[in-house]
Amino acid sequence: MKKVKITIDDKEIAVAPDITIMQAAEQLGIKIPRLCYHPDLSLEGACRVCIVNVEGWRTFAASCATRVSEGMKIQTNSPEIRQARRDLIELILDNHPRECQLCERDGNCELQNLAYSLGVRERLFEGRRKRHDIERSSPSVIRDAEKCILCRRCVRVCAEVQGVFNLSQLYRGFNTVVAPAYEGPMNDSVCIACGQCVNVCPVASFLENRSTDKVWEALADPDKHVVAQIAPSIRAAIGEGFNQPAGTAMTGQTVTALRRLGFDAVFDTNFGADMTIVEEAHELVLRLEKNEHLPLLTSCSSGWIKFLEHFYPEMIPNASSCKSPMSIVSTLLKTHYAEKQKIDPEKIYMVAIMPCVAKKFEAERPEHRTDFGAPYTDAVLTTRELIWMIKAYGIDITNLPEEDFDTPLGFSSGAADIFGTTGGVMEAALRTAAENLTGKPLDNLDFTGVRKTEGLREASIKIGDKELNVAVANGLTHAKEILDKVKSGKKTFHLVELMACPGGCMGGGGQPYPPYGHHVLDREVLKIRGEALYHIDAKKQVRKSHENPFVKKIYQQLLKTPGSDKAHKLLHTSYHAREPRGIK
Amino acid sequence: MMETKIHIDKDIKAFMDECLQRDNPKSYLIAVLHKVQKKFGYLSPEHMDQVAQYMQIPTSTISGVATFYHFFRLQPRGKYAISVCMGTACFVKGADKVLESFKTELGIDIGETTQDGLFSLENSRCLGVCALAPVVTVNDKVYSNVNEKQVPDLINRVRSEEE
Repeated sequence: MKKVKITIDDKEIAVAPDITIMQAAEQLGIKIPRLCYHPDLSLEGACRVCIVNVEGWRTFAASCATRVSEGMKIQTNSPEIRQARRDLIELILDNHPRECQLCERDGNCELQNLAYSLGVRERLFEGRRKRHDIERSSPSVIRDAEKCILCRRCVRVCAEVQGVFNLSQLYRGFNTVVAPAYEGPMNDSVCIACGQCVNVCPVASFLENRSTDKVWEALADPDKHVVAQIAPSIRAAIGEGFNQPAGTAMTGQTVTALRRLGFDAVFDTNFGADMTIVEEAHELVLRLEKNEHLPLLTSCSSGWIKFLEHFYPEMIPNASSCKSPMSIVSTLLKTHYAEKQKIDPEKIYMVAIMPCVAKKFEAERPEHRTDFGAPYTDAVLTTRELIWMIKAYGIDITNLPEEDFDTPLGFSSGAADIFGTTGGVMEAALRTAAENLTGKPLDNLDFTGVRKTEGLREASIKIGDKELNVAVANGLTHAKEILDKVKSGKKTFHLVELMACPGGCMGGGGQPYPPYGHHVLDREVLKIRGEALYHIDAKKQVRKSHENPFVKKIYQQLLKTPGSDKAHKLLHTSYHAREPRGIK
Repeated sequence: MMETKIHIDKDIKAFMDECLQRDNPKSYLIAVLHKVQKKFGYLSPEHMDQVAQYMQIPTSTISGVATFYHFFRLQPRGKYAISVCMGTACFVKGADKVLESFKTELGIDIGETTQDGLFSLENSRCLGVCALAPVVTVNDKVYSNVNEKQVPDLINRVRSEEE
């Protein structure tokens, strides 16, 4: 493509003709202030904060939404431009609650940061303000329309990345509000609880439904045996909350920090991941033998499962009936572990620390309840909530010694670690399934064909004399694509890994907000977080789920064989079609 | 599907089928909603759910369109549809006060219907009888030179006729 010559702030540059002024300026090290813009989403041009002056143009142009053209002379800074940007932010602020110190996003709010950097130091007008109640119906996501600045990032991520289309702008003008259809409650909508709206919201209009209060309460209760489990992806992301670079593995420090917070035992969701793999690989082998309900669809991602129930209920028989690693650890804790340790299971309080807000929904599902009626998982904290609790307690996590998880639910193979990134479940399942199918140990454990961060990839993997067609999808728009392909019958698949969030759990709805100047869901950051898990995996002695000695022991003592009646009772679950039905 | 009280009839389905045959079928959403409103007098969530499933357009999108345009009603009209003219002549002669008075007397906002289903409130553009401003219509009946103090009387008169 022929490059075009443009001038930005008196510097000449030749750039590709299909980029925007904002992108061209970035090549010169000029970062134009922005608000509604997100590189992975469609262009909105709603906030106008990124305005620049183009010579000969009657008005300022929104640089995110204006393409470059030959000979364009652009000015990104002048007293008038800065004043106009400041005015725009002030107008947004005039219809925004003045309660920054009380806000969850204080300190990492994009609006607050912009107001500061553009020099807003006083508020001149007191005008009419929109009033809305906070909508708390969903166990996962709360919606506070009063703080909304109508940037539409949530609407865009819900439609374009997740294909859910739950959110829309309703009404018009001053009364405009972002909400599900008919302004109904989130819990009664097609919301799949993934929390990507929370991730991309520049302010605090969408937040996780907080569980910290009840966890503090449980920790302070001497009668309760409070247990934590941490998901694989936490260890690679938690450091970002303490100014560590992305991808800093902090497994040991996190365990220590949890003990200092007062947890009586600290277990690893990875153990559940190993159990999941043993059961799921068994399911896969059975289905391959019988040649039914193929492809097997993985079931670890609770957002994906809710999506399946709303959007593709006809494919429920294909989903693995295996519980998620979180629910497996919680179930084994309140049954097998409680019995062995002689602890009254009614006194056990399980706190799962997840990169995810959909897990809060999963924990409340009636399928995941004990015989005595309590949920197996009592509370789910996001990575962000745990970071906050560690700070609130005054723990300097970066200077803590590293401690090990408690046994038996704390030991895991490398296969479990990589669950936290897209393609990981697939690779872990293949390591076990391959040995089940061939009866021979694998030479090479690294299925690098599935190790990529793109949203959708397919591969063919030779195992013994079998050729397995597999696919990995993250972000539910990609899930739709692959499911439609499966349904069309154009290609036969055997195993499909599905994760609701971009990049898998690494890009979960409960992960740390990016530092100022970085954008959320940056593919680079997701990749670095994922690589941290591959490093942990590569260093482990045991790298196959079925070789985890504690997993073997649970089968010997309790479950006998994968897929046994006991295993089904404890480790498997069921799904059902949900209303309202989603539009595919 | 949710248990639905009101079913979209054959004519509307035929129209949707026709739209689905054309290029860019989703662009006919507004036309479909017009047909539904013409038939039922308003758009209920059940109607919109059915259009959503039939045309494969997300309910949130339909809900966004239906709430954006003032023409679409989201509640059934009352037995007596009150409409206050907000044309220039009526407005300068105090139609806004008349409208306010209706809102307080009936306890409803524009586009809403009273609980008993008797009254609904709307505003209209110029009706062309500016000489009689401000003008209020109740169904097809025109009331002229209305001021805000007459509003309670007007409502009571309709109520007593009803009894």
